[in-house]
Amino acid sequence: MQNIFKQEWFSRLIDVMLPVFATLAALGVGAVMLLLLKVNPFVAYGAMFEGAFGSGNSIAETLVKATPLLLVGLGICISFRGSVINIGGEGQMIIGALLATQMGLMFTDLPGWFVIVLALLMGFVGGALWGGIAGYLKAYFGVNEILTTVMMNAIAVQLMNFLLRGPMIDPSQAQLASKIPQTARLLDAFRLPRWMPTRLHLGFLIAVVLAFLVYILLWRTTLGYRIRAVGKNPDASRYAGINVKRQIVLALLLSGAFAGLAGAIQVYGVNYRMITDGSASGFTGSAGFNGIVAALFGQLHPLGTIPASILFGALLVGANKMQRVVQVPSALVIALNGLVVVFVVSSDYWRRKRQRRRLAQARIEEDDEPDEEPGAASPAQTEVVA
Amino acid sequence: MKSKLLVLFVILALVLTACGSGGEKAGGGTFKVAVVMPSSIKDLAFSQSMYDALLKVQAEKGGEANFQIVYSENMFVVDDAAAAIRDYATQGFDLIIAHGSQYGSSLQEIAPDFPETAFAWGTTVDTFGQPNIFAYEARAEEGGYVNGVLAASLSKSGVVGVVGPIETGDAKLYIDGFVSGARATNPNVQVNVNYIGSFSDVALASEAANTHVAAGADALSGTAQMVVGAIGVAKENGALWFGTQSAQTSLAPSIVVANQVYHWEVVLNDMIKLINDGTYGGKSYALTLKNDGLVMEYNPDYSIPADVKAKADETVKGIIDGSVVIMLPSK
Amino acid sequence: MISELFTATVLIGILASGIRLATPYLYAAIGETFGQRSGVLNLGVEGQMLLGAFAAFYVSLMTGNLWLGILAAAFVGALMGLGMAYVTVNLQAEQGISGIGFYLFGLGLSDLLFQKLMGSVQTVKGFPKLVIPGLTNIPVLGEIFFNHNILVYGAYLLVPLAWFVLNKTTLGLKIRSVGENPEAADSLGISVAGVRYFTIILGGTLSGIAGASLSTALLNVFQQNMTSGLGFIAVALVYFGGWRPWGVLGGALLFSLINSLQLWIQVLNIPIPSDIAIMMPYILTILVLVLTVSRVRAPSALTKPFTRSE
Repeated sequence: MQNIFKQEWFSRLIDVMLPVFATLAALGVGAVMLLLLKVNPFVAYGAMFEGAFGSGNSIAETLVKATPLLLVGLGICISFRGSVINIGGEGQMIIGALLATQMGLMFTDLPGWFVIVLALLMGFVGGALWGGIAGYLKAYFGVNEILTTVMMNAIAVQLMNFLLRGPMIDPSQAQLASKIPQTARLLDAFRLPRWMPTRLHLGFLIAVVLAFLVYILLWRTTLGYRIRAVGKNPDASRYAGINVKRQIVLALLLSGAFAGLAGAIQVYGVNYRMITDGSASGFTGSAGFNGIVAALFGQLHPLGTIPASILFGALLVGANKMQRVVQVPSALVIALNGLVVVFVVSSDYWRRKRQRRRLAQARIEEDDEPDEEPGAASPAQTEVVA
Repeated sequence: MKSKLLVLFVILALVLTACGSGGEKAGGGTFKVAVVMPSSIKDLAFSQSMYDALLKVQAEKGGEANFQIVYSENMFVVDDAAAAIRDYATQGFDLIIAHGSQYGSSLQEIAPDFPETAFAWGTTVDTFGQPNIFAYEARAEEGGYVNGVLAASLSKSGVVGVVGPIETGDAKLYIDGFVSGARATNPNVQVNVNYIGSFSDVALASEAANTHVAAGADALSGTAQMVVGAIGVAKENGALWFGTQSAQTSLAPSIVVANQVYHWEVVLNDMIKLINDGTYGGKSYALTLKNDGLVMEYNPDYSIPADVKAKADETVKGIIDGSVVIMLPSK
Repeated sequence: MISELFTATVLIGILASGIRLATPYLYAAIGETFGQRSGVLNLGVEGQMLLGAFAAFYVSLMTGNLWLGILAAAFVGALMGLGMAYVTVNLQAEQGISGIGFYLFGLGLSDLLFQKLMGSVQTVKGFPKLVIPGLTNIPVLGEIFFNHNILVYGAYLLVPLAWFVLNKTTLGLKIRSVGENPEAADSLGISVAGVRYFTIILGGTLSGIAGASLSTALLNVFQQNMTSGLGFIAVALVYFGGWRPWGVLGGALLFSLINSLQLWIQVLNIPIPSDIAIMMPYILTILVLVLTVSRVRAPSALTKPFTRSE
């Protein structure tokens, strides 16, 4: 019987739990802030936990929140593996949602399942288009994708405002003086099936299934291999005969497509219409940004992104509940989320450190050469070994 | 890995089916109100107007023991607001206010599940035919019109500027009313409008005001919470300011002439009375000058010429008795 | 109506307002340029700006001294930079994500402090317009270029200064070599960590001042989330400028001038829907970059943490 602390599975478990520990540490700092606001941190965090996991309904809410994070996160897994930074998720979600909504508004006499499938496909296409533009400009014009995606987020918001105020406006609102910028409501038949009486919709399951598909795409297909190869070493890939430019376009296109799908699912699963308050986050709930964080929490692995987005979704849902119960300003909750992100992303340091140590240990045992240099193995290298 | 996930799903499924929604209605004499707002309770604009009104009602009812207020602010994410509304409903609040036109859709979904809870939605006239939804709106164009009359009368350059967020809803009503009031007073007055496409971009709102000043405007107005930037510009350039939604005088006491202030307490008091009598909705309200829901509040530190003040009062009277008709653009 | 765009008032108005609008972008983007030249991408600029804006506003309001306010903004920005430096240099965290974390932290904390310490929106008497004898009085040009407050002038003076430091000093050489080839720099005895700490803290300081330029010089108010995405645009402008101060200046001016142009288009009643007008600066910034593409290569070590090999 070996010492439990030396066993491989225990060591792996600690790696997996590191983000959770980091989250707890950040909440510890948050507790000090709560005390300064004269709020009992136990009550506050109790409310947070209850809001996220306290009942069937809160778990459902958490999963509803996690759905767009997971979808955007899957796209991020693809683009970051291809060394492309896509911070245009917000805009891509909006364009996907607009195209998808238009399907539901146009084809009111087609069967429900058909319109849903068509709409989700169009969401995929819309996001792909918006992401693909950034990819094309990067690959063929050398325009940096951070610049284009930031700018295209703003363009998408104004496009949404323009369409919802004008061409796509709810006919009943068009007659009123106030003209609320929203589309007509989708027919009941076009709604994604829900787990009554909660709001949990089929979109979550779709996202989980897609996570497995993205895993297969990235590690079991040539396309995925090429994207990752270009991400790791573009020069070597070029020598190996890979069309680097095309992979860059594809990485952003696919990444955008998943965000677009997230937007479409948000409309068909949650809101049942498109509505704007003039900002991107009013519709997206900042999932375009938070999805990046979720993917990183999941260590850019599609399957790791599943629990990571649930954790982050729980945090968001729980934080809103905390605001309602102890009436702390929502600002505190935002600051707290920021702390969690910083702590979790920093905690990766210890994971890498442990991984290096493990690797060195393994070599020692293999070669029976106790004084071999451990060397600085990057995560990329260890992956090849493992 | 896969089998673990499967187990997770099974557990999840069990939990979800086991727990339905439900909740106890809070008994006793305390009237409990929950409000969900898109911006902060201190935004000097739309959200604050509701929060201030609730505080006023609370004071009239004798404090927290009789009238309890809880709020969720900065709920600009429509989906989060829906979750908040549903959560409040399960907790048995007497009245749940969805203070933003973007929340209507969510309310339409939620209200039928809680027939014993009263909901209110603004700003709109639509109760979706639900017996437990009240609708409320502000006829922002009325005060806008009065402000327009004042601005056109007080402007020496004959150029007036207005800064708006997005060309819809309450903002559009106010601005259209303002433009038509100014034009009715002086057909030669030039009213310039620019929308900045955001409710939060204070810097662009400020530059929009700068643009108006450069175009010769000496009287400015604007609506929504980002106009604080524009008020600063008005102050710096000695241009007059006409406010709306909440009282904005404190920001620039020397140049604010008048504010159209929303007094939602008019609407709230009637709703509370109906709810106590067992009616949970079905009625739609409008704040108007006539029902004192909209009040023109003048800045005591700004000495407004007597004839202009008289003209404004006359306009208010005309709007109330219907002799002044506000023509809004049909587009 | 379109012809009205070409009257003197309008043209002067567009230019003067473009110059004002570019001010916060310049401070923040020049700061970011230093960071990126040394290999660190900081997406948290917006959060640093918001905290800087609040610090400057609050200190000015309390003490009545605007310069103390600027100092406070610089200090708070530097502190945020220090945090970012520790996380990205020592802990080697993913830079983009850390930046998003610091952005959220600044966004929340500035709003929280605002609500707890001030409670409601107030105004301060900000930096007045600084009349430069002999220059401000020049017709037209004076009105466009020399009729601003001191922080606006400061932003433009920063551009040649940054260019000089980056290209003509040993410090600049160190920064650039750390960003291009940290291994080589390290072998030459340059402290990679030290240089990166310096540039990230400098970037934070300048972002703090960018915020201060909004809250105590251009707008003279503080409101939650008042930067409204400005910090992200500033990061984008660094890419536009190809990591060169003059390029950043070009980008900031282009973006701001088109933004003021679209405000005028609406004022002059030129029949373009407002949303479409608002899109213009974003679309044109991308278009100009596509058309004039200079294919400047990014610093090779950008976003890559440096580990010293034994």
